[in-house]
Amino acid sequence: MTERRPFAITLDMGSSLANRTGTWRTERPVYVHRLPPCSAGCPAAEDIQGWLYHAEEGGYESAWRVIMEKNPLPAIMGRACFHPCESGCNRVQVDEAVGINAVERFLGDLALERNWHVPPGPATGRRVAVVGSGPGGLSSAYHLRRRGHDVVVFEAQEDLGGMMRYGIPAYRLPRDVVSAEIARLAEMGVRFEVSHWVNDVHDLLREGFEAVVVAVGAQRGRDPGIPAGDAARILDAVGVLRSLEEGDPPALGRRVVVYGGGDTAMDAARTATRLGATETVVVYRRTRDVMPAHDEEVLDAEAEGVQMRWLSTIARADEDQMMIEKMRLDDQGRAVGTGEFEEFVADTVVLALGQEADLDLVEKVNGVTVTDGAVVCDEFQRTGDPRVFVVGDASSNGADSRTLTRAIGQGRLCAEAVDALLLHRDAQPDPQLAPAGAERLNTWYYADAERTVRPRLEVARRRDTFSEVVGGLTVEDALFEARRCMSCGNCFECDNCFGVCPDNAVIKLGPGQGYAFNYDYCKGCGICVAECPCGAIDLIPEPR
Amino acid sequence: MSIERTPVRFYQVGSFAVGNRLVEVERRSAQSDPGRANSLTSGHRACAGCGEALGARYALDAAMRASHHQLVAVNATGCLEVFSTPYPETSWRLPWLHSLFGNAAAVATGVAAGLRATGRGHVRVVAQGGDGGTADIGLGPLSGMFERNDDVLYICYDNEAYMNTGVQRSGTTPGAARTATTESVGEHPGNRFGQGKDLPRIAMAHEIPYVATATVADLFDLESKVERAMEIHGARYLHILVPCPLGWGSVSSDTVRLARLAHQTGLFPVFEARYGEVTSITPIRRPEPVESYLRLQKRFAHLFNREGEVADRATVALIQSHASHNITRYGLLGDSDD
Repeated sequence: MTERRPFAITLDMGSSLANRTGTWRTERPVYVHRLPPCSAGCPAAEDIQGWLYHAEEGGYESAWRVIMEKNPLPAIMGRACFHPCESGCNRVQVDEAVGINAVERFLGDLALERNWHVPPGPATGRRVAVVGSGPGGLSSAYHLRRRGHDVVVFEAQEDLGGMMRYGIPAYRLPRDVVSAEIARLAEMGVRFEVSHWVNDVHDLLREGFEAVVVAVGAQRGRDPGIPAGDAARILDAVGVLRSLEEGDPPALGRRVVVYGGGDTAMDAARTATRLGATETVVVYRRTRDVMPAHDEEVLDAEAEGVQMRWLSTIARADEDQMMIEKMRLDDQGRAVGTGEFEEFVADTVVLALGQEADLDLVEKVNGVTVTDGAVVCDEFQRTGDPRVFVVGDASSNGADSRTLTRAIGQGRLCAEAVDALLLHRDAQPDPQLAPAGAERLNTWYYADAERTVRPRLEVARRRDTFSEVVGGLTVEDALFEARRCMSCGNCFECDNCFGVCPDNAVIKLGPGQGYAFNYDYCKGCGICVAECPCGAIDLIPEPR
Repeated sequence: MSIERTPVRFYQVGSFAVGNRLVEVERRSAQSDPGRANSLTSGHRACAGCGEALGARYALDAAMRASHHQLVAVNATGCLEVFSTPYPETSWRLPWLHSLFGNAAAVATGVAAGLRATGRGHVRVVAQGGDGGTADIGLGPLSGMFERNDDVLYICYDNEAYMNTGVQRSGTTPGAARTATTESVGEHPGNRFGQGKDLPRIAMAHEIPYVATATVADLFDLESKVERAMEIHGARYLHILVPCPLGWGSVSSDTVRLARLAHQTGLFPVFEARYGEVTSITPIRRPEPVESYLRLQKRFAHLFNREGEVADRATVALIQSHASHNITRYGLLGDSDD
């Protein structure tokens, strides 16, 4: 069939699609996935940006399920975690860090309210024992259960939760939240045996458990051996917090001195205030900037009237007074005595100088090494005995930062190693991605939006109550906060690459599918790379 | 806690990015639609990073959407015509016509009249050209089209020189810019100041129903102006700034960035006017000094030393004063009254 052509036209009309301009290219764009700073900073290795992505569109259950891939206790961690994720957040380049912790709590609370559950994996019939029901033990148990193993958690105390129940004060972490999240693990089929003290892990191995995860925590307060008169009242912070939980709060008196500069010291000081102390003083040997307690804790303590005495040590304690020595920092930043002393009136001294683990149960295990009160482990929390694993504060890994979140991360890695042991395979480390630094972002595209602040209980109402200090976000605020995420280093389907290509060489694959480049026509101009808000495209030399 | 259908007026990237999965489909840009008209398709021979190719697809796709694909385009001579239609290939996916360098406005008038005469008055007509074909060679026909208030939307893609023929100065080339005919030599290197044509204001002087400016850096703004123009019958004029990596001596990946800087510095005011009066402006969001715009372009390289520091302070100050004048004249730092 010959179509009549217009006057003076000799060739059939063709499309420029015949002209493959991709041959001009010297560089090509490629989509990449980078590790956002929030995830890089998370000791539990949560895919924070991944769950915020779901939360942004109101997919709260999907978001919660992404959290549950790594962390079985979001309602607890949304309260008690010190959120190093937020410290690294790239959004500070625009306004303020995304309130990740607040959104996690919102999702955690919603899951409890809606009774969302995670199913256990297909049953394997393999048995694993976990000693201790703190965050490390629960995380190990959860991840093992997800892989279908039979898990029994042995807890020495009457109630479950470890430091989450007997350490962290209730005004930071309400107990009903702890109980509810643990109940969800029980519904998954994790079995719990309370008031069960394990003397020796060999007992468990003999009972037929193929592996034992030791998660006993660090329960014993360190005692520096302060010279003290017979009548001096010296208590240990961990003991104070535990007896409070057991319903038997100690009498601390009107003037309380807390010795130490960590989070436990802050917990003890804030607890003393709530127990009726009119004057609570934290004595710390070095300065505020090197104090191990997290800023938020120190600020809350100060707001509640706790006083701080930097560069001071307790030289001697007596019945109602004590001697403080002033310190100074030497060239290496160490605190050294000045020889200047000062008398100080105090009814009680509470020691919060760090804790040690009670490791009798692994004493007889061959190959287990204990240094500085903790068991030496490899990156999968394995010890010298292939059947024995140690997580949390009892492990020497990350001993400089003993947090709940760290223990949860270790629990998951440990579960991977236990599973590998049971299935005779190699344990797989988490994939390593290159970081998504702020320099990769084009922040022009993000709408201006300042952080949502969680409501806080008025200071006046905190002094005589253990009610929770920090409130939760409303639905509107949580959604708003989630949408402040800039999705650093990972595509969030903003269509910019698809739009800004002068050559129409980007293919939109549809919701959730992202995009692909059509290298037949891409000239490699790099506009898509420059205009990608989140830095999810690299320009690489054209392969030969 | 009721979590379904909670209205939140914050959408992560708002309307800055091309698309946004968080907003309703009908509020998304034409460019974010996988089924967009794609009026200027792949395989065209524009340079890598061409702002004009981008601007033409942005504008025509929006016009196609607004006219339900009942659209004819008439093209002046220039880059856009040359790179899209080397015989016998075409990159256009709509009826497209090219006649001479200067007569696009006149031809478009004729097309519109012809369609009307043959009972196809619902088919809309767009005329388009570069700054040379619009400001210089085609200014007479354009002015006539305005005067007669013909039912044509004229779109000028302004890249501030005759790029197709080798970067010669046009009526819209800015002061101090180096072109092949205004070289960076002598006492006052680059283009002379004070001898340009402010086309949007020339169009406004005709008191036609609609005049607007836009850049390829603000897609939603551009698309909304095309849509508004398509709602109106009569002579309409849209002036779009389209950076040219070749003529401006810029990195191909900087095209959108330069357009954005032109707006944020105040050098290119973005506004709308009806019947000769400015009715809305697109405010500057993150103000920038003119240096950050000039430094990225080799056509202004003679204003800087090798380290990238300002060498010709007087000239940069003069350019800054033009930007400041625009900011004052149009109130670009104020809130949009849009």
